[in-house]
Amino acid sequence: MDNRYRPVIGLEIHVQLNTKTKAFCDCSAEVFDLEPNSSICPVCTGQPGALPVPSHEMFELGIKIASALNCHINLYSRFDRKNYFYPDLPKGYQITQFFHPLSERGWLEVDGKKIRITRIHLEEDAGKLLHSGDNITKSDYSLVDMNRCGVPLAEIVTEPDIESPEQARIFMEKLRTILRYIGVSTGDMEKGAMRCDANISVVDTITGKQSNKVEVKNMNSFKFVEKALEYEFDRIVQLMENGQEVERETRGWNLTTKSTVSMRSKEESHDYRYFPEPDIPPVVLDSEYVEKIKNSLPELPDDRLRRFVNDYKLSEKDAWTLVEDKKIADFFEEVVKQTKEPKETANWFLTELFRMISEHGEDKIHINPTHFVELFQLMRDGKISRNMAKDIFQESALSGKMPSEIVKEKGLEQVDDTKLIEDIAKKVIEAHPKEVEGFKNGKEGLFGFFVGQVMKETKGKANPKTVNEILNKFLRGV
Amino acid sequence: MLTNEAFKTMTLKDAMTYEDKSALVERSVEIIAKEDKNIRAFISVNKSPNIGIPIGIKDNMNVKGVETTCASKILKGYVAPFDATVVQKLRENGFSFVGKTNLDEFAMGASTEYSAYGPTRNPHDLERVAGGSSGGSAAAVASGEVIAALGSDTGGSIRQPASFCGVVGFKPTYGLVSRYGLVAFASSLDQIGPITKTVEDSAILMNIIAGKDEMDSTTVDRKIDFTEFIGKQFPKMKVAVATQSFGEGVEDGVKQKVREFITLLENFGHEVAMVDIDDLKYAVATYYIIAPSEASTNLSRFDGVKYGLRVSSDSLRDSYEKTRGEGFGDEVKRRILIGTFTLSAAYYDAYFEKAQKVRRKIANRLSEVFEKYDLIITPTSPIVAFKIGSVSDPLVYYMMDIFTIPANLAGLPAISIPFGKVDNLPVGIQIMGPRFSDAKVLGFADSIERQLR
Ligand SMILES: [Zn+2]
Repeated sequence: MDNRYRPVIGLEIHVQLNTKTKAFCDCSAEVFDLEPNSSICPVCTGQPGALPVPSHEMFELGIKIASALNCHINLYSRFDRKNYFYPDLPKGYQITQFFHPLSERGWLEVDGKKIRITRIHLEEDAGKLLHSGDNITKSDYSLVDMNRCGVPLAEIVTEPDIESPEQARIFMEKLRTILRYIGVSTGDMEKGAMRCDANISVVDTITGKQSNKVEVKNMNSFKFVEKALEYEFDRIVQLMENGQEVERETRGWNLTTKSTVSMRSKEESHDYRYFPEPDIPPVVLDSEYVEKIKNSLPELPDDRLRRFVNDYKLSEKDAWTLVEDKKIADFFEEVVKQTKEPKETANWFLTELFRMISEHGEDKIHINPTHFVELFQLMRDGKISRNMAKDIFQESALSGKMPSEIVKEKGLEQVDDTKLIEDIAKKVIEAHPKEVEGFKNGKEGLFGFFVGQVMKETKGKANPKTVNEILNKFLRGV
Repeated sequence: MLTNEAFKTMTLKDAMTYEDKSALVERSVEIIAKEDKNIRAFISVNKSPNIGIPIGIKDNMNVKGVETTCASKILKGYVAPFDATVVQKLRENGFSFVGKTNLDEFAMGASTEYSAYGPTRNPHDLERVAGGSSGGSAAAVASGEVIAALGSDTGGSIRQPASFCGVVGFKPTYGLVSRYGLVAFASSLDQIGPITKTVEDSAILMNIIAGKDEMDSTTVDRKIDFTEFIGKQFPKMKVAVATQSFGEGVEDGVKQKVREFITLLENFGHEVAMVDIDDLKYAVATYYIIAPSEASTNLSRFDGVKYGLRVSSDSLRDSYEKTRGEGFGDEVKRRILIGTFTLSAAYYDAYFEKAQKVRRKIANRLSEVFEKYDLIITPTSPIVAFKIGSVSDPLVYYMMDIFTIPANLAGLPAISIPFGKVDNLPVGIQIMGPRFSDAKVLGFADSIERQLR
């Protein structure tokens, strides 16, 4: 990929809000992995005569997202109907906010660049189809699961400010971090709690020509967002280089072929006949209510990052690794509060703790701040070596035992008894006259051999500093 | 022993205090069995109804466990899984659901001719229509088959059949009665209301069915005693008679009745003035954009996937087209087509958006009139009940709603009360008031009705 061609990317992200109830009825909104059609009612299945009543909680979470993404919140918003026929859409229309969205004009900073948010609006999710074959056209029959019908979504639309497929992925990852921080969604792309469509066009920086926009769908992981957009960028560049027209169309990421496949062309696009939802009066928010929700937001990831860099003197990269997962960041701060050693604590987190989590899984780790305090103290007192500390940490983390307990149990306490080490050193020297000879004749490298032998005799518990001092005295006479 | 004749003229007020409620149900069932063959007010009759006051429910409202057909083939076999809020309230107040009454398919029509179950006939002349779309409810009350009935009114569907059948029909202020469980035609215009033998009965029913409903977010929280002015001496009122009452298309006999009504009001000491409400001429055109627009999407849910008629086919699209093609009648199709057109992106501004503006203009003009006058009077319908099958031009048909539509566009309360006959056919007078003046409109209508007795 040379630099002549530059991608222009905008995203449309659907975020499932983790409200208690669905958007317009009292059914539970926690529907993942439920028995099909077990969280449904007349309202969300579009029974004749049923009416939608908007949930307050949906607005609360929507306002939280909008605030976290620096959006202007419209005190007056309204629902509209988006009309189209599909079996997973029981009313034949989706209730969304088209004319008057909840919020507009925000931004999210990625790599030091502000990606502008066009709008964030609330809407309801559709259901799911289970096909007897591979897809709807190749099936003898399809079944409809309406559990997801009416689950509230926030749709986040960005301006085409994203400059690379990688940046698109980072945007999505950062967005997920924010959503988890403010507790509005699990943000799990794999479970469909966050879904991403992208539109991409390509600019030829020499001619200034810009290709038509292509919409890319079905990218159900962060990795696929990047992969699909990379593929699509290459495809469009190829077409441009061949002087071919880039068609305005919707393409889907195909997991098996690792390519995008045309789903429908512009001519086939729907006229959704948007119009104001007459069953729901306009929603007028109280500005005090909005302020209250804004003020209830926790510290956002970017602010925390800055604090970690400034207060704890961590590098930006290390700080973000800690901040990215709110649970980790919270725990880190809890530990630092007690150890008062942010740098050292961060080191242990970034190496040992993260390795343990990825090896054993988060729920197998039973470590708490006092473990760190003790471990650090044992090292400071010279009772254990750094290497021993790693083993002790591992055991503490898995069993929840205090480090001092483990040291005692296993007799791991570092031997710092000069008399004892001197005796052992003497024995080692006596037992290896040849090596002593060699050393005295200038084989300096044999010093390490004697250190090793002493350590071996003490089962690695001797304080290496003391061993060095004693051997120096005996062998070199210093 | 309650005779059929006594039952037929029994008011709701009397029925409520009548001790032997099972006798009421027996009489109702018996009369329906005997006379509904001719009138055909009912789509379905409950063979073993609960004991209570027999009431007719228009078959676009859900009664749990009973079929809701909306007089359409597309809903055939659909059994309602829940009670409409109004039905639940009636149930709690000891009413008996003896049957579901006929209507124009999905309440789209003014004659109950557009029913998949055939037309309802006017009890005053079986050759003629009962009006519509709540023709079944109006005919059932007029014939004495039930004590009272519920209708729904989107552009006159309670008032016009009440007028054709010589009974009282009341459309409340929009938002006073829950629409939950009413199959939506045009959500911003639909309102459920009573069809009764007397004005007082309508007020009594309103006290039962009205109220804020958490299942319908368009309902409003207003405590109104609809019987507040019933039976009271009514003070001198300032009444505006729309000059349009004497305009083109209004039958001479109807004009004559309006003149008589004016004289009557003056005799009772009310101040009557002729007021030209010119904007009314836009009402029908406005209505026939907004109502079909809303209907076109409200009726999207009838797709053969979940309930009712399904015509299976090889492809999804084909199944949709066949199901809807066979399930809907011509008038419903006509309105879905109009509404799909007026909401399409290319025509939205020119039609739907513009109609919304005109709707506000009409509402504002009516508000202006209400700054000077307490009430507005028109005939309910420009014509009396016509012969079944005699009107085929949809435009002629749509113009019949000219006097009733404005109240729906502006969300106002309006009542039709019987005021004598022309050529042996009932004429109704419409009394319209400002929003939330429902008790006053009912009280005024009641005072006239009492003096006419
Ligand atoms: Zn539900």
